[in-house]
Amino acid sequence: MDYIFVLLSIVLAVLFVGGGLLVSRLVAPHHPGALKNAPYECGEKVFGSAHVQFNVGYYLFGLLFLVFDVEAAFLYPWAVVFREVGIAGLIEAGIFILVLVVGLVYAWRKGALEWV
Amino acid sequence: MVNLQTSWEVRTLSQRASEALAGGQLGLTTGYLFAGLAGLAVFLAAMALVLVYAERKIAAHFQCRLGPMRVGWHGILQSVADSLKLLLKEDIVPTDADRFLHVLAPFMSLLAAILVLVMLPMSPALQVADVNIGVLYVTAVSGLGALGILLGGWSSNNKWSLLGAMRAGAQIISYEVSATLSLLVVVLFSGTLQLSKIVQSQADGWWIWRAPGVGLLAFAIYLIASVAEINRTPFDISEGESELTAGFHTEYSGMRFAFFFLAEFINMFVVSALAATLFLGGWMPFHIGGLATFNAAMDLIPPGAWFAAKSAFLIFVIMWFRWTFPRLRIDQLMRLEWKILLPIGFVNLFLAAMAVLFGFYFFPVQ
Repeated sequence: MDYIFVLLSIVLAVLFVGGGLLVSRLVAPHHPGALKNAPYECGEKVFGSAHVQFNVGYYLFGLLFLVFDVEAAFLYPWAVVFREVGIAGLIEAGIFILVLVVGLVYAWRKGALEWV
Repeated sequence: MVNLQTSWEVRTLSQRASEALAGGQLGLTTGYLFAGLAGLAVFLAAMALVLVYAERKIAAHFQCRLGPMRVGWHGILQSVADSLKLLLKEDIVPTDADRFLHVLAPFMSLLAAILVLVMLPMSPALQVADVNIGVLYVTAVSGLGALGILLGGWSSNNKWSLLGAMRAGAQIISYEVSATLSLLVVVLFSGTLQLSKIVQSQADGWWIWRAPGVGLLAFAIYLIASVAEINRTPFDISEGESELTAGFHTEYSGMRFAFFFLAEFINMFVVSALAATLFLGGWMPFHIGGLATFNAAMDLIPPGAWFAAKSAFLIFVIMWFRWTFPRLRIDQLMRLEWKILLPIGFVNLFLAAMAVLFGFYFFPVQ
């Protein structure tokens, strides 16, 4: 039943936004023009597309994020049962995190955390 | 009334609905389903209107201005007038934009906000749904918001939008790691992922001060990281109006701009409410373990009021940030996360585990 509400709230989001857009479409003016629809570049004439090759720095952080977020997701079950597994669990999670911290230190030393 | 803590029985809307379904009352079940949805929709609209007004008023008073004063008493109808105006504005899709993604983006933004709202425990009787993986669900779903921003920025085919979206993407995913690590501390303490049970586990004292230092540090990291995740000042480089025009929503106008705006304010509420739920006891009144008379006096204030007060306070703090801290540059932002918050988060998690292991906190858990 809980997940039925989750599904219904997806429907709600679609209806909420869709309804707003529909009403706006009915009451708002609609007069498109070549100049009006041009992308905004501070009033200058548009040159080139915005779909260009982009700074690789953003993707480096994306890769780092992937590693650490998955790691955090793995730690959730550990945190839930921590009271039962006790010190053995702490040591095991410690080893797990240590491996990742080594990775972080490596990325740090290699300069992957510097913004260029 | 020997033990106050056990009297907090949670009854979510979905529980009521499934009980009605089991009892064969189909009409009542659909009634509950519709009540939940209608409640959420009204809450969404009302919350956005109130927050926009609050933001403008608070901003004004921080600068010794009055803010909106004309529409209604002390400008109280200003946000209603604004949303009506946005409804009447032309909806522009720029040439060469990816039309489908451009329209899809506001849906994604709002979807992420609503999906979290469904799970928020506002009071024992006022919670729509309550799954046993609550915290994990919330972190997973709130990640969808980044998708909305990335889609919106990229599909606009505008250089400002692209820059803003890329910055927002890098920023949100970076700070997500710290936020997740600090939520882990609370999960360690309470031993459950279910949001209502986490609130119940704070009957003797809130997690922020129950474990000396550790809870407070986790709360501070969570607050910083979540302010960064919702792109609020001082981390608003994705919009940075002085450098990027309006960032990812430069090319959005009319109603679709309004929905981005709405999602932003709902996210602010969601983040504050989550921080209040996990660290400040949610709807749990302020209790000190052992002081029965004091606790009984505190119980006179209804749980819903506690939740509202705590969330409102945190929202105020986030608005306060905006007038206190200057905006960070993107390199400073990334350094703060990966070189400062992340190592502190790891150490804090380790300390929290030690605290749980040796029972080193006030009012031990049964």
